[in-house]
Amino acid sequence: MATSRRDVLWEAGKFLILGSAAVSSSPSAAPAPTPAAAPALPAYNPQAHLWGMTIDIEKCIGCGNCVRACEKENDVPEGFFRTWVEHYEIDGADQEHPHVTSPGGGKNGFPPSSDAKAKQFFVPKLCNHCMDSPCVQVCPVGATFDSPDGVVLVDESYCLGCRYCIQACPYGCRYINPAKETVDKCSLCYHRITQGLTTACCEACPTQARQLADLKNPKDPVHEFLRKNKVQVLKPHMATRAKVFYRELDGAVR
Amino acid sequence: MSSNWKEAAHLIRPAVVFLIGLGLFAVARKAVIPPSFGQYGHYRAGALDDIRRKPVHFAGQETCVMCHTEQQTARNAGPHRSISCEACHGPAASHADEPGKLKPAKPEIAALCTRCHEASAAKPAWFKQVSSVTHNAGTSCEVCHQPHSPKL
Amino acid sequence: MHPIPGVEGFMYPNEVELQWSILIVLYPYITGLVAGAFILASLERVFRVSAVKPTYRLALLTALAFLLVAPLPLQLHLGHPERSLEMYLTPHRSSAMAMFGFVYLWYLMVVLLAEIWLDYRADIVHKARTTSGPIGWVYKILTLGSMNVSPAARSIDDRVGYIITIIGIPSAFLLHGYVGFIFGSVKANAWWSTPLMPIVFLFSAMVSGIAAVMLLYHASCLLLKRALDMRCLDTIAKYLFYVFVIDFSLEMLDLVHRIYEADESFRSLDFMVHTRLYTSQVILQILLGTCLPLALLGAAQVLRLAESTRRKLYAVSGVLTLIGIFAMRWNVVIGGQLFSKSYLGYTTYKLQFAAREGLLSSLALMLLPLGILWVLVKLLPPFEEPQAL
Repeated sequence: MATSRRDVLWEAGKFLILGSAAVSSSPSAAPAPTPAAAPALPAYNPQAHLWGMTIDIEKCIGCGNCVRACEKENDVPEGFFRTWVEHYEIDGADQEHPHVTSPGGGKNGFPPSSDAKAKQFFVPKLCNHCMDSPCVQVCPVGATFDSPDGVVLVDESYCLGCRYCIQACPYGCRYINPAKETVDKCSLCYHRITQGLTTACCEACPTQARQLADLKNPKDPVHEFLRKNKVQVLKPHMATRAKVFYRELDGAVR
Repeated sequence: MSSNWKEAAHLIRPAVVFLIGLGLFAVARKAVIPPSFGQYGHYRAGALDDIRRKPVHFAGQETCVMCHTEQQTARNAGPHRSISCEACHGPAASHADEPGKLKPAKPEIAALCTRCHEASAAKPAWFKQVSSVTHNAGTSCEVCHQPHSPKL
Repeated sequence: MHPIPGVEGFMYPNEVELQWSILIVLYPYITGLVAGAFILASLERVFRVSAVKPTYRLALLTALAFLLVAPLPLQLHLGHPERSLEMYLTPHRSSAMAMFGFVYLWYLMVVLLAEIWLDYRADIVHKARTTSGPIGWVYKILTLGSMNVSPAARSIDDRVGYIITIIGIPSAFLLHGYVGFIFGSVKANAWWSTPLMPIVFLFSAMVSGIAAVMLLYHASCLLLKRALDMRCLDTIAKYLFYVFVIDFSLEMLDLVHRIYEADESFRSLDFMVHTRLYTSQVILQILLGTCLPLALLGAAQVLRLAESTRRKLYAVSGVLTLIGIFAMRWNVVIGGQLFSKSYLGYTTYKLQFAAREGLLSSLALMLLPLGILWVLVKLLPPFEEPQAL
């Protein structure tokens, strides 16, 4: 599409005007995201899709493959996570105080547990790509947005780095990329799913605990998954219309 | 009445200054807003293409099995049949682009197998788990199990 | 497994690092001083409390000095400050932060600058006629080219100024209530998310602004060796006491409500107040910053104290009040980020010293408005008799 190329001119123009207003303090401000010789993108109609994910807690073995794959696919900086895995341990009826750990985001798996008495399980987490995203609502400039196909994305050439969206996300899915000084988060591998691939985390999951879902595609197995299973989203009281659906999620998970 | 107007004439001046500022803002705004802003919603539509242009690192199962049919056959015969190649071998898109040049490293067996199969009460009961201390006591998994089709 | 330094319990992995630093503490603090100072100024103008007249112009200049600095901590905190004008170019209508930019400009341009200009016009014209050199040119520019200060013109100025003050009061309320809304509307954060937040912010703003002008008036009388108008100081202290009582009641209402409802976040927040926030919340904000100045101000209302005693008492309570309100901003902004949104753990805020968002730049940002005020006081003296018509 030509829109992106025209935006390069905008960047230059904006820089001239804003720069002369002496508001500029960083020289790294004008990225040219699209070189003129950018290869043509495969045809894709965003209106025909609505992306989400399903996660089966019963299938997750806490290997951390998803975290490592995401890190490699998306150049996630050390110490930050677009996806991570939590280990829950609940003792008897004490639902209020689960013992939760996520060493290194679960990137290298979890130390083996021999405690057979407590209830234990793993919870992979990622951006919930909410339909009513609190993060999109608060972005002052429109740098984070809901794409037409239901993915919450960040325009890194437009983000101010004000961090209001990080405060607004109830799930802790956002962070500041220290190299770019802009906000970063799971893009549901938008560069992959728009050309027929699945996300890196789903590709690398050995038990198919995570499945990319296209809610607008009538043939997608997600419909059967949602019909046949008891599913739950995280923090339903936040009313964000999250699109990551968990099967067998325990009520203690927050 | 007319003298009243004359006495209030100085109030026009800050108003004019204010309006000039407003006008300059309106002109500047028109010039610097990205052209594709607002095409789909309150954001720069061009950002979608920028994000789509990010490089792919995991080539995907379909790409791998285009060449590696032997491994595919072996894998399809065993319990690892639904694990994608890159789940163990790591991202290989650059290898798929230039097969001769960039070869993915062989995975480190000890870490690879135990990450999934080391026994833990936290793992679901249906999943095959062993204790590396009692089960193989330091012997490499490969001695008995073929990773592509790990039946005994 | 190694515990993460500064973290207790479980934080979502991206939550460990705090996002909003001491600079974001300064932002509501400074805008609060603006709103409070302006409301004190309008007491005289709109509500005709003539006793506070000596501080009218000083309060306006204080409001302007702090308002000019208000956006700087935000600017300094941004990852990409050069993109900040996007807030005006493509403001997102559903974002409280984006709309704040417009509330700010409205308040600066339409309310504060207009009111100061109208009030000082006779002085500006007089100085433009009598001053030579570059300073004279500054005054000539400030006249905007109109030398008409006839009694009829001044009476029009006065009426227009009155109307602007009337518009200004809700604008000042809006300015600071809005800052409260930026925090109060974050439903993901239990410490912030309460409809009381804008009102609490507003009243604490009035408290801090009135206390600041009281101290500045006191200090400038000492510095300029002018006689202190005790009736004025008593009146300001009286209003400070009243507003403070309302502010304290609102904050206690919020506290009681939280304790009684004890929702899912309560245990976590309660633990935080008793540990990490104990010094800044219980000691600094509530005891030293609220209860003590309230008792002192209350004593000055009830007891018959000597003038010099009252003067010292007001100075001490003013300083304590400013510390208390700063602690309140700190506890809101920093406190709201110390606990995990999973309610299972806590992190630590490490205040740096010489970093971009460190203590040094914060001190500089707090001193800057005083520097600007000094220039403004030199340029537009607030204590000389307004130029005779």
